[in-house]
Amino acid sequence: MAASTTTGDFKVIGTRPIRPDGVDKVTGRAKFGADYAFPGMLHGKVLRSPHAHAIIKSIKIDKALKLPGVKAIVTSKDLPDAENMLEQSGELTVNPMHLSMNILAHDKVLYDGHAIAAVAATSPHIAEEALRLIEVEYEVLPPVMTVEAATKPGAPILLKDLRNNEEGDKPTNVAQHYQFKRGDVAAGFKAADYVVEREFNTAMVHQGYIEPHNAVGIYNSDGQATIYCSTQGAFDVRSLSAHVLGMPVGKIKVVPAEIGGGFGGKTTIYLEPLSVLLSKKTGAPVKLVMSRAEVLRASGPTPGAKIKVKMGATRDGKLVAAEIWMAYQAGAFPGSPVAAGALCIIAPYTVENFQIDAYDVVVNRPKTASYRAPGTTQAAFASETVIDELAEKCGIDPIDFRIKNAVKEGAPQIMGPPFKRIGFIQTCEAIKNSAHYKSKLTGKFRGRGVASGFWFNAGMQSSAMVNIHTDGTASVVTGSPDIGGSRASMAMIAAEVLGLPVTDVRPITADTDSIGHTDVTAGSRVTFATGMAVYEAAKDAVRQLIERAAKVWEKKPDEVEFRDGILHAKGDGVPPISIKQLAPRFPRTGGPITGRASVNARGVGPGFATTVVDVEVDPDTGKVQILRCTIAQDAGKAIHPSYVEGQMQGGTAQGIGWALNEEYFYDDKGTLRNTGFLDYRIPTCLDLPMIETIIVEEPNPGHPLGVRGVGEVSIVPPVAAVANAIYRAVGVRMTQTPMSPPKLLKAILKHRGATTTQHSAAAD
Amino acid sequence: MHAINYDAPTTLDQAVSILKTHGENARPFCGGTDIIIQLRAGVRRTEHLVDVKKIKELQVLSFDAKKGLRLGAAVPCIEISESDVMRRHYPGLTEAAHLIGSLQIQNRASVGGNLCNGSPAADTTPALIVLGARARIVGPNGEREVPVEAFVVSPGRTVLKPGELLVELLVPAPAPHSSDAYLRFIPRNEMDIAVVGVGAAVTLDGDKVKAARIALAAVGPTPILASKAADAIIGMKLDDAALEAAGRAASAACSPIDDMRGTAEFRLHITAVLTRRVLSIAAERAKKN
Ligand SMILES: Cc1cc2nc3c(=O)[nH]c(=O)nc-3n(C[C@H](O)[C@H](O)[C@H](O)COP(=O)(O)OP(=O)(O)OC[C@H]3O[C@@H](n4cnc5c(N)ncnc54)[C@H](O)[C@@H]3O)c2cc1C
Repeated sequence: MAASTTTGDFKVIGTRPIRPDGVDKVTGRAKFGADYAFPGMLHGKVLRSPHAHAIIKSIKIDKALKLPGVKAIVTSKDLPDAENMLEQSGELTVNPMHLSMNILAHDKVLYDGHAIAAVAATSPHIAEEALRLIEVEYEVLPPVMTVEAATKPGAPILLKDLRNNEEGDKPTNVAQHYQFKRGDVAAGFKAADYVVEREFNTAMVHQGYIEPHNAVGIYNSDGQATIYCSTQGAFDVRSLSAHVLGMPVGKIKVVPAEIGGGFGGKTTIYLEPLSVLLSKKTGAPVKLVMSRAEVLRASGPTPGAKIKVKMGATRDGKLVAAEIWMAYQAGAFPGSPVAAGALCIIAPYTVENFQIDAYDVVVNRPKTASYRAPGTTQAAFASETVIDELAEKCGIDPIDFRIKNAVKEGAPQIMGPPFKRIGFIQTCEAIKNSAHYKSKLTGKFRGRGVASGFWFNAGMQSSAMVNIHTDGTASVVTGSPDIGGSRASMAMIAAEVLGLPVTDVRPITADTDSIGHTDVTAGSRVTFATGMAVYEAAKDAVRQLIERAAKVWEKKPDEVEFRDGILHAKGDGVPPISIKQLAPRFPRTGGPITGRASVNARGVGPGFATTVVDVEVDPDTGKVQILRCTIAQDAGKAIHPSYVEGQMQGGTAQGIGWALNEEYFYDDKGTLRNTGFLDYRIPTCLDLPMIETIIVEEPNPGHPLGVRGVGEVSIVPPVAAVANAIYRAVGVRMTQTPMSPPKLLKAILKHRGATTTQHSAAAD
Repeated sequence: MHAINYDAPTTLDQAVSILKTHGENARPFCGGTDIIIQLRAGVRRTEHLVDVKKIKELQVLSFDAKKGLRLGAAVPCIEISESDVMRRHYPGLTEAAHLIGSLQIQNRASVGGNLCNGSPAADTTPALIVLGARARIVGPNGEREVPVEAFVVSPGRTVLKPGELLVELLVPAPAPHSSDAYLRFIPRNEMDIAVVGVGAAVTLDGDKVKAARIALAAVGPTPILASKAADAIIGMKLDDAALEAAGRAASAACSPIDDMRGTAEFRLHITAVLTRRVLSIAAERAKKN
């Protein structure tokens, strides 16, 4: 891979042009998934389980089928058998049988909201009425809602075929135990002057994207199907749907719509196969759109977690040992991001002795999906709180404590191989030198907290095409749905290489038939990996431009130079020509020019972030106001700084929501009670200050432009940073999320009780 | 949501006759910010919606220094918070109306709808109760008046019978040296339903409390007039001890539940906190009147 060129002069990269998709969005012309409509289209609705755990004894659909306007109903009987095995799809490991059981419950419902049947009718209202006429007979089983309940002896078993890597042929709710260790933990703790041990519990939370899941399926009589949907990965929708439907991948085309938020939640499938099944049965296009309640009940949130962290440090502030136990709620099927959490929990620090045990546990909740740096925010809440406490015990500033223990180039990662060039310390220093950190925080019940975070970022496969038009402008075609402004970055990278103004480059996201395979938009990989493909594709176009100019000038290609969009003949006095001038000669020199590249991107550069937050607590109500918040994050190279800042702010906002109010609230029957944004409280604009950002640019040596992913790590520090700030404001260490008013008030009153009794004891 | 018939009568007589014809199967509505959501979610069902906001009597907002306030049931909250008269004479009711949802919601939401929805958490209901407001109801059997504190009978149910409709709210003119205030607790800073709401109206005589009313939201099956909390301060100076006593008595008047918005224990604590705070605000305002 080429050495980093980030020190070079850029004309386009690093500027802030208007986003190419902006006009369509602000004029309402952008087509989101639910905006698609076709002649003769039917509307689908999904019948969902009111029980968290039950055996389905029978499903009767005859009454519903008789309702005028109802055209078809599907249940799991309409699904082919899917294999019980593990397969890699994008960044997910997928078990087709579990996937199929999630799309439509087979013999059991495993969570409140689990899909049971889908109806297609001439209007959404009729489809909804038909749901009321479907009769399902259940044998209700006790719900298993927490990892404790799922792992205690005699716990009801969710999946009768589930076995793990340790218990042989014993039915279990523990899907997997991962262990990572190094050094001698006991010796490490022996060398420690201070040891802090705490248990943390976090609530299950949702990504909270505004656009609900949607799909329009069209099945043609020739056996070809097309799916229009809003997704982070059209190619994944294709392969996953192929599994569930028992169709060859090549018979499905997926057209990704404009997307109204995903944050990891739109990397899997829910409605897509149902739309195809219903279309196959009726011969008409069928559209399904979830309600908000369906999104919350039945799409994939991120797990609630129970994490025990014990860490030790010497008096001078060196971390010497860590012992960590963590269990995540996978939801109804295996596959929580607990292993990622385990690999990230102490990743920012050099700790010579550690043991991490991590458990993936099934419970009667929706199957979890990815959410920004999956599994890591929960983990960092625990570790970064304990680190804050150790820094305090050592009497060291929490940022200095982090810098002292920070990983640098050459330090071993948790899995062993050393880090390449990274910018963790730079994020700490950026915060330390920020106006925010240097400002004095005054006033009662106010506190400042800091925390840091790590995320791997991802590489994987991407394809790109750069087409030079007949007027010398260009288009960039990729297969990466744009969830964070990536089209702007793709256009900018191509414009930089081609020496064109960015307004002369139009970026588009193509469907699965129109571009080579491209993995899901996740893992902060698009600007890195698809950006790499675009860079290579533009270089390929430049190579061809040089060949054409050479042809025109009757020279060899190595006698032609390309600089800033202009082709020069080396040596003699031939006048240089621009791409615009060369374009009309394409037909006579070999035809159109299309640059192409497909990559399986290596050289991923991990991301680090450090966040400082000031809070004010109302000690009489437990309500927390965020007064100020600043994040420093290593972007490697910020292609479009505004969208890097947007990612930093967005992740921080979500982290603050997670810290303060967001939670899945289940009653004792396992029914989700807060199925709307009224009681599932994401922050509103009145709950957040303007989040200040500091972009650190420590180039990634594995990318031609120095790019690291930036979409995820920003969500990692805020929960811990808020907890650490609350501690400094009112003296209580919060060990559970959300740190909502009832929970914080209880802790404050308990603390006050404890300190008043202490005081009176002292007075006696 | 299923198909529903819609009518928009322009006179009270028409409205009453439509409501009478359809009986249990019809519901009047104003802004629709409760009913449409409930119909969509399937928590209420009706065959016939009768839009009453085009009726003149329901759009009245008039104040007379002697007779007090006439507030039409359909007047949108935004008109209340933008009215100088309301801000001056009924600041507590005004701030309650201004808390509902967001500006967009306030353009449609009415105080009448807030009351008729029958929620124990309705923000404007305690504010009306402390002002001694009365609800004027018209129905097939003529007219009647009900004090607001008796209007809601259980969560989501009111004294209204099929065919009846709330026309307006009648609020007495404020006495000299009196004022009102309303505070609620929500976990966020907007777009929320009260976890606890407390309204207070106070009339001062020098530095002593001459008259007071305190009402509570979201801490029982209906909005609550906490008479004992008011009794704790009547005739007293509003010092810390008096505020504490009122707070304790207000908590004692609650019968809250544990739910996703807060535990019962939390609500009792917050009721006392807000009672102290809201009384101080109302008294400060009263001093200036
Ligand atoms: C986003 C959002 C935020 C909200 N925030 C708040 C909040 O902060 N605080 C709060 O208290 N509420 C809140 N609400 C609830 C709602 O907006 C209020 O209760 C509002 O005052 C209802 O008024 P409306 O005119 O829209 O009622 P409608 O929906 O029109 O009617 C409500 C009920 O009253 C009945 N009704 C209406 N008018 C009459 C009449 N004249 N006679 C007889 N019956 C009648 C209807 O049949 C219906 O059952 C919120 C709602 C939304 C959607």
